[in-house]
Amino acid sequence: MKMKPLWTLLVMLSLPASAESQLNLTKGVTEVSNRVYDLHMTIFYICCVIGVVVFGLMFISMIRHRKSKNPKPANFHENVKVEIAWTIIPLLILVGMAIPATTTLIAMEDTSDADVTIQVTGSQWKWHYKYFENDVEFFSRLATQQEQINNKFDKSENYLLEVDRPLVIPTGQKVRFLVTSDDVIHSWWVPDFAIKKDANPGFINETWTKVDEPGVYRGQCAELCGKDHGFMPVVVIAKEPAEYEKWITEIEAEQEAARQREQELLSMEMSKDELMDLGEKVYNSTCAACHQPNGQGVNGVFPALAGSGVAVDPDGTSKHIDIVVNGVSGTAMQAFGEQLSMQELAAVITYERNAWGNDTGDLIQAADINEVMNQ
Amino acid sequence: MSTAVDATHHDAHHDHKPSGIGRWLFTTNHKDIGTLYLWFSLIMFFVGGAMAMVIRAELFQPGLQLVEPHFFNQMTTVHGLVMIFGAVMPAFVGLANWMIPMMIGAPDMALPRMNNWSFWILPFAFCILLGSLFSAGGGPAFGWTAYAPLSTQYGGDSTAYFVFSVHIMGISSIMGAINVIVTVLNMRAPGMTLMKMPMFVWTWLITAFLLIAVMPVLAGAVTMLLTDTYFGTSFFDAAGGGDPVMYQHIFWFFGHPEVYIMILPSFGIVSAIIPAFARKKLFGYSSMVYATAAIALLSFLVWAHHMFTTGMPVFAELFFMYCTMIIAVPTGVKIFNWVATMWRGSLTFETPMLFALAFVILFTIGGFSGLMLAITPADFQYHDTYFVVAHFHYVLVTGAVFSIMAAAYYWLPKWSGYMYDTTLSKVHFWLSVISVNILFFPMHFAGLAGMPRRIPDYATQFADVNQITSIGGFAFGLSQLVFLWVVIKCAQKKGEKADSKPWEGAEGFEWSVPSPAPYHTFEKPPKVE
Repeated sequence: MKMKPLWTLLVMLSLPASAESQLNLTKGVTEVSNRVYDLHMTIFYICCVIGVVVFGLMFISMIRHRKSKNPKPANFHENVKVEIAWTIIPLLILVGMAIPATTTLIAMEDTSDADVTIQVTGSQWKWHYKYFENDVEFFSRLATQQEQINNKFDKSENYLLEVDRPLVIPTGQKVRFLVTSDDVIHSWWVPDFAIKKDANPGFINETWTKVDEPGVYRGQCAELCGKDHGFMPVVVIAKEPAEYEKWITEIEAEQEAARQREQELLSMEMSKDELMDLGEKVYNSTCAACHQPNGQGVNGVFPALAGSGVAVDPDGTSKHIDIVVNGVSGTAMQAFGEQLSMQELAAVITYERNAWGNDTGDLIQAADINEVMNQ
Repeated sequence: MSTAVDATHHDAHHDHKPSGIGRWLFTTNHKDIGTLYLWFSLIMFFVGGAMAMVIRAELFQPGLQLVEPHFFNQMTTVHGLVMIFGAVMPAFVGLANWMIPMMIGAPDMALPRMNNWSFWILPFAFCILLGSLFSAGGGPAFGWTAYAPLSTQYGGDSTAYFVFSVHIMGISSIMGAINVIVTVLNMRAPGMTLMKMPMFVWTWLITAFLLIAVMPVLAGAVTMLLTDTYFGTSFFDAAGGGDPVMYQHIFWFFGHPEVYIMILPSFGIVSAIIPAFARKKLFGYSSMVYATAAIALLSFLVWAHHMFTTGMPVFAELFFMYCTMIIAVPTGVKIFNWVATMWRGSLTFETPMLFALAFVILFTIGGFSGLMLAITPADFQYHDTYFVVAHFHYVLVTGAVFSIMAAAYYWLPKWSGYMYDTTLSKVHFWLSVISVNILFFPMHFAGLAGMPRRIPDYATQFADVNQITSIGGFAFGLSQLVFLWVVIKCAQKKGEKADSKPWEGAEGFEWSVPSPAPYHTFEKPPKVE
């Protein structure tokens, strides 16, 4: 028992050499993040100096003024001069600290004259990005496989810090973020930009960055937002302006084509196997976190779908579609109409009505979804 | 200071007390109620500690091993609530009950029946809170801060359990605080002016005013959560014209003074112990009193420093940053005073002194990280990371809890009449002070490197730091069993009998009565010199 702390202390002391970058705040890649880093180091060093003086005096006293060395205690107390000194000197140090903090803060909060504006919307448990200058928007979800989280597969290099579609921004330009939320409070945090801004439902917060170096920058949701709070990372790729332009034009065209394809698909019927295959994929990536892979839900929090409720009600088809498309207000059930394509919605509802022994035999097609959405 | 010794007026034949369970259920005796509070808080310390062990076990390695994320969130939430409202606050109220009447030469607390009630509703509050963990959907999982709308729209019925248990805890605290104020203001021995009171009494008096000021605010905040959840109001729901950030403002208007509620009595304890073992008067008694009052007043002006990232106007951020930084001044005055008290004293290092000295050093480290957190631009990086977790555990565990340990080791001979096993108590100290730093110091690094708090799983670069932290956590948890052992041995009256004043340099009326303190003390007030 006694050896354990000693051993860990040794491990701790050997850490700085092996993994220096893990132990301190990042300098980041923006002017602001560098200023924040400098503030952090300045106040840290000030604390160190004060600590050395105060603790030093304490240890000197503990060694030199112990009873065995100093059997007769002194009798001094109350000294106005000393007391004024130890009030005024810390106050001056604080003023010295407050000045750079104030100027940095004012610079950080100046969101004017942005080149690119992006709306960042948090929802349980993913981010949605919408570019204001272009007709581009998409969701960004955790890309780490569930098997890695459950220790069945080895963990990848960017375990829990990887997403299916990263946010892309241009370097050298002022990018403004409008941060909000669809459900609970989230917080959008990219340490390399020194940005952490709460996403409050019903309100919009502003923040900005200007990234100097192209690269991939990773962060996480910082505000407890429910069960999977630990599983909603932020990944931002900063590209040179020319590359960024190329990317945004491509993605814009791609999204336009996808919308057209969806309209065409409305008249197409999918087979049960196709629907069930696609439905299972969508279910596992989107629904299983709450309703569980076996459809049993979590008692008292997330309702079961297997063998109960609307999913097995023979007359419940349109209600089932309504719940998935529009969500249930006041609960954790989100509106997935915006998040999934009509084909995906049709497939996942078909899956829920036929998997785990539900066997209603109902097949839902994209056109059925379209009907509910246009009501 | 009051040093009158008048040991003769206590008659042993007065010392009859009821027996059996009825003694504890119906007691109006401040010493019995103090004992109840202290045992209750010790039990809660182990309950909350067990939850911390679950958290640290899950975080031992990346990946999900032991618990589901939803249960993990229940553990962090209930751990916080149990430790704050179940362990630290009742421990201070227990110390107040035992010591304040004896320190001011009063026969009992001013309102003894209310005193009984304020204790006996507490077990019910914690039955509700802990029982909710076994209900369908589990206990509260939205953090001890219960931010809306996570707590209102997504909490399920755990919100109701949470709200009602917090209501009862709040009523208990308010009654305890009223009792302290009435006792201190009315029942001091003749001649004991306010500026002659022991520091522990002063700090508790100020704490009691803080409690009365802010516990109703918490009650209001959680009631609004309740009506938002069940009665269709929209205080914190933007869709109905409310504002979720308003909850945070109201909560932290309670929450920041609450932080000082949990540390001011510690200042009082340490201000009693350091002079006793330095055999030298407290350096600046009056400046200590003024500093305590200044900290209490400033605590009402800094709440939004918990909310810098919520999107406040710049001027508000600047105001709260400056006010927060200013708190460092009176806090510094306290620390400098303790060091000056030690200086050229005649120090010995019995267990209470060891804990008090560890308190001064480790609480100061918590103060440093607090100062860093006050710097708004840097706070954007620190906020909601393990840096914050490290900070508040330094001030609450090595601060508040260490001071409670110091108090227990200081007054245990007075309470039980027996000297505890001093060797074992020193083993407890050294195991605790080493393991607690292995537990909480690496958290600073995890936070700076970018690990958010309240997550059940983390990126692989945080693995080493978390492993060390967890080992420290298990060691610290086990070390507290040594404390339990020492206390039980002492309560079983094993060991040497204690003198009325077992510490050479100790001062105050409590040392003028025999050990154990008779059931009734100071039925006639002592003389203050």
